[in-house]
Amino acid sequence: MTHLPYILSSYGLTAIAALWLSIALRLRLKRARARLAGLERAARAQERRSP
Amino acid sequence: MIHPSPSAAAGRPSTGALLHRFANPGRFLRLSRWLFPLLSIAAIVCLAAGLGLGLFFSPADWQQGDAVRIMYVHVPMAILASSGYAALALCGLLSLVWKHPLADLAAMEIGPVGAVVTALCLATGSLWGKPMWGAWWVWDARLTSVLVLFFLYLGHIALIRAFDDPQRGFRAASILAIAGVIDLPIIKFSVAWWNTLHQPDSITLTHAPSMAMSMLVPLAISFAGFALGFAALVTGRLEAAILEHRAQQILTRRAGARA
Repeated sequence: MTHLPYILSSYGLTAIAALWLSIALRLRLKRARARLAGLERAARAQERRSP
Repeated sequence: MIHPSPSAAAGRPSTGALLHRFANPGRFLRLSRWLFPLLSIAAIVCLAAGLGLGLFFSPADWQQGDAVRIMYVHVPMAILASSGYAALALCGLLSLVWKHPLADLAAMEIGPVGAVVTALCLATGSLWGKPMWGAWWVWDARLTSVLVLFFLYLGHIALIRAFDDPQRGFRAASILAIAGVIDLPIIKFSVAWWNTLHQPDSITLTHAPSMAMSMLVPLAISFAGFALGFAALVTGRLEAAILEHRAQQILTRRAGARA
């Protein structure tokens, strides 16, 4: 199988790109959800405090 | 005098109203909560099946040998690069004509995924070209037009971020996306219009595929997997963008109240 390095490189490159996009998205979603939840909690607390 | 459209007269929402109904960010977040995991799981299942069949069970080509297995990655990437750009242009049109609230955000999130897919199409094509043609790259009409597509994606990403006023950035990027659509038929028909080193299309709408079913089935399943993965990534990224936008709105409101 002389073409093996080319085949492995193609599949490997695709797998790395897919994993990178998926992990970046997971982290971004987690960060965005946490940030919004924190801000909403703070906004609600402020509303309760104000007369 | 303005006459109501037949659908409005019949009490049905017009096309514009329908577009805006599905553009509600809150509705999209509710949709994305179940759609994103569903698309992700479907993509993983299809990719495992399609690439598994392609790598281990489909036959080697009589001429190309095992290098043909690169096709199960390269062809879906090529189709997704073009269709992703068409989606980008559609978002540009929806933004410019109907002021669709989610179109700009969708275009912003499709751009980087489309650029990665196009880069993968070029890289896997190069890895396929080297053992078949003896060259990593040739200035062939198909390869060059896909390279132009990659630059269009990069231009779109850069333009969105190039202005202090985000609306100006979105507007400029939308115009570029719509103008760049001219590259899509060039990519599609380049192998027919010019004498190219790249092989002509094996699958067309008008002719039976010139490929054995034992190769066509894994290719179709791999394509479905990559397409579902593309859709999952864009859905997830759009959800993140909406959440970030909401957080920014709260911060702006808070800053306004303090001032």
